[in-house]
Amino acid sequence: MSPILFYLFAALTLVFGIAVVANRNPVASALSLVVSFLGLAALFVGLDAYFIAVIQVLVYAGAVMVLFLFIIMLLNIKVEERRKINVVAYAGGGLVTVAFVAELWLVLQRFPVGKTEFPAMAEQTVDDVRNVGNTLFSTHNLPFQVIGVLILVATIGVIVLSKRELK
Amino acid sequence: MTLTLNHYLFVSGLLFAIGLSGVMLRRNIIIIFMCLELMLNAANLSLVAFSRFNLVNGLPNYNAQVLVFFIITVAAAEVAVGLAIIVALYRARQTTHVEDINSLKF
Repeated sequence: MSPILFYLFAALTLVFGIAVVANRNPVASALSLVVSFLGLAALFVGLDAYFIAVIQVLVYAGAVMVLFLFIIMLLNIKVEERRKINVVAYAGGGLVTVAFVAELWLVLQRFPVGKTEFPAMAEQTVDDVRNVGNTLFSTHNLPFQVIGVLILVATIGVIVLSKRELK
Repeated sequence: MTLTLNHYLFVSGLLFAIGLSGVMLRRNIIIIFMCLELMLNAANLSLVAFSRFNLVNGLPNYNAQVLVFFIITVAAAEVAVGLAIIVALYRARQTTHVEDINSLKF
C-alpha cells in the first residue's frame, strides 16, 4: 500500500472515529461509525487481507450499523439535551485517554521490530479466501462450530429479551 | 518513506484510545456501545497488521485472520444481544442515559 493511501484511510478512520464520540446526534454518530469502518476495511485491503476487508464491510458497515440505526430510530432518540457536565468525570476520562496515548507512543518508540518494513510476500496475488477457509475448516474447526452454537444462543437470547412479558 | 509495522500499530492504538474516551466521556448508552465496537475494531487492525508482518512460507499468518473472523462474529452476536437489552431497558425506564439508571449504584 502506498504511504499516501495509508495516511488517507488512516485519517479517514480516525477523524470519523472522533466524530462518533463528538457528535451529539446519535444518528450522525452511527453514520460516522460506518465511514470509520469503511476506512478500516481499506486499511485491511492494504494489508492483503481481502477476505477480512469484505467481511468487515458486509458485517459491520452493513448488518451491525443497520441494527444500530434501526434501534436509534425505533426508540426515537433525539439530540441529547445539554446536562450539567460532571467536571471530575470528564477530567478523569480525558486524563486516562491522554495517558493511554502517551504510553502507546513510549512503548512503540522502544519496539525495534516495529520499525522494520513489511516483508515482501512470495507472490503478488494470493488466494486469500481459499487460504482463510483452509485454516478455518482444518486447524480451527472446533472453534468454528462453537461460534455457530454461540450465534444460535444469541438468537434465542434476543428473542427471549424482546418478548414483552418475561415469565 | 515506507510503511512500517509501527504505523499500523499506532493507528490501531489511537482508534482504541478514541473508543476508550467515548466509553468514559459519553453518557448515552447507545454511543457507549458504538465506542465498544470501535475498540474491537482497533484490536482487529493490529491483529491483521501482525498477520501480514509475520509471513509463513511467504504467505500472511492466517491464524490471526481466523481470529479476526471470530472476533467479528462474536461482536455481531454481542451487538444483537446488547441492543435487545437496551430496548428492554428503554421499555422499562424510557431513557438511554446511563446516569438515569442507577438502581444498583451504592
